[in-house]
Amino acid sequence: MASPSDRVYSESHEWHLVSGDVLTLGLTRYAVDTLTDITYVQMKPAGFKFSAGQAIGEVESVKTTSDIYCACAGEVVEVNAALASDPGLLNSDPFGKGWLCKIKVSDTSGLKSCKPAAEYDKAHPAG
Amino acid sequence: MLRTPLYQFHVDHGAKMVDFAGWEMPLVYMRDGAGGITEEHLQVRRSGGLFDVSHMGRFRVSGRHSVRLLERVCTRKIRDMKPQACRYSLVCNERGGVHDDVIVMRIDEDDFIVVVNASNREKLLGHFRGVISAESLVVKLDDTTMSTAMVAVQGPKVMEMVSKFSREIPTLKRYTFAVKNLLVVKLYVSRTGYTGEDGVEVILPAAMMGMAMKMLLKDVDTRDPNALVKPAGLGARDTLRLEAGMPLYGHELNEETSALASGLDFAIALDKEPDESGRSFIGAEALRKERDSGGPARKLVGMKVDSKRSARQGMAIWSGGKQAGVVTSGAPSPTLGVPIAMGYVDRALAAPGGKVEIDTGKGERLAAEIVPLPFYKAPAPAK
Repeated sequence: MASPSDRVYSESHEWHLVSGDVLTLGLTRYAVDTLTDITYVQMKPAGFKFSAGQAIGEVESVKTTSDIYCACAGEVVEVNAALASDPGLLNSDPFGKGWLCKIKVSDTSGLKSCKPAAEYDKAHPAG
Repeated sequence: MLRTPLYQFHVDHGAKMVDFAGWEMPLVYMRDGAGGITEEHLQVRRSGGLFDVSHMGRFRVSGRHSVRLLERVCTRKIRDMKPQACRYSLVCNERGGVHDDVIVMRIDEDDFIVVVNASNREKLLGHFRGVISAESLVVKLDDTTMSTAMVAVQGPKVMEMVSKFSREIPTLKRYTFAVKNLLVVKLYVSRTGYTGEDGVEVILPAAMMGMAMKMLLKDVDTRDPNALVKPAGLGARDTLRLEAGMPLYGHELNEETSALASGLDFAIALDKEPDESGRSFIGAEALRKERDSGGPARKLVGMKVDSKRSARQGMAIWSGGKQAGVVTSGAPSPTLGVPIAMGYVDRALAAPGGKVEIDTGKGERLAAEIVPLPFYKAPAPAK
């Protein structure tokens, strides 16, 4: 299954979808398949300001715990509340209902290091 | 990377394959986004799961000094094993740390199978060869890992399934095995496992795998969502063994941690009689010394975590303002619905009911309580 082409992808397997000055962040299908069953998501709350490359949350699966990063600096404006009661949304719909948080980006230059979908999928073929 | 005879079976069932000790093994089976480790885990607890464990090392030990070799390398007594008995044992280094944990199966007076961890196969082969050579033992040591295969079928409904093709196997006692002849080859079927459930493990020639699967899974469509037995991967195997309080090499057991600290006292025969040259098992001297000087400083315990966050291997355990231990395994328990963990803590804190804190390393401390192992015990089978 191809990753959506409307967004860009980081080395640490987050997708970044920019719309106006808000960036929606999520994990790729490859990432959630590697993590396996996700049991808990803990993102930094709205209002949290961060620099690029700083961990802004953690995702727990049956198998492991993994940090979440955003390629850009910014401020968390909304966390996906649905994940609190149903973290499995990340496994079932990582590019849609399983989004992690929305971010007000203060500097978009980090997006330049991200890859388009085709390039990301080539480097990380779905297993 | 090495592949087991069931590789195609895994791929056909939608397995996500991962590298495990140089083997391409199924982590979890996913079909169209459905399935997962938790589901496989619960399938094993409620009905049955089939695990490919062909990656585990299988040594054939034969010859007139077989018992002498195994008495030297195993912490458990070997001499008093009856044919068709299985025994869990540790293999220690001279310092009392652990080279591996193994299952010894006695086929005959001087004929054994030793099942070892995939990650320790080469190391143990070298260790056994070293002892054979240093003590001039007459032992034939064959690594049959590649020429044989092994599956584990585990769960409360497994014996019902097995009874369809064998009357003998369901009558086996725990930790014994039967030898079944299939045409010209032998199958070793033991009532053992690594999930805390009833079930069997089968060792057979690699080339016979296809035929054996047909026999074993007679009338079972493993792709049917309601199948009695469905394939389960390494992910579920890990959470199942954790709930069952069973140690995993590289987590609870390693070269540095004393075997006595693991709490596996039943598997450590400190009173083992010396052999012809007056020696007990390798590591016995160090372990006796440790016991006589008050025992290991830390003990392996179970912990229930009071958080949605899981404790993970390597996290520090704190008590009374100082570090008092380290987590060796941790995961959300699919059966209990809370995170569980095993770890080593200072002996004074090891009693069930004690409260500790687990440092996530991310500026958060999780409250946890010491609980008895295992976390989960299968209900006695209905007769």
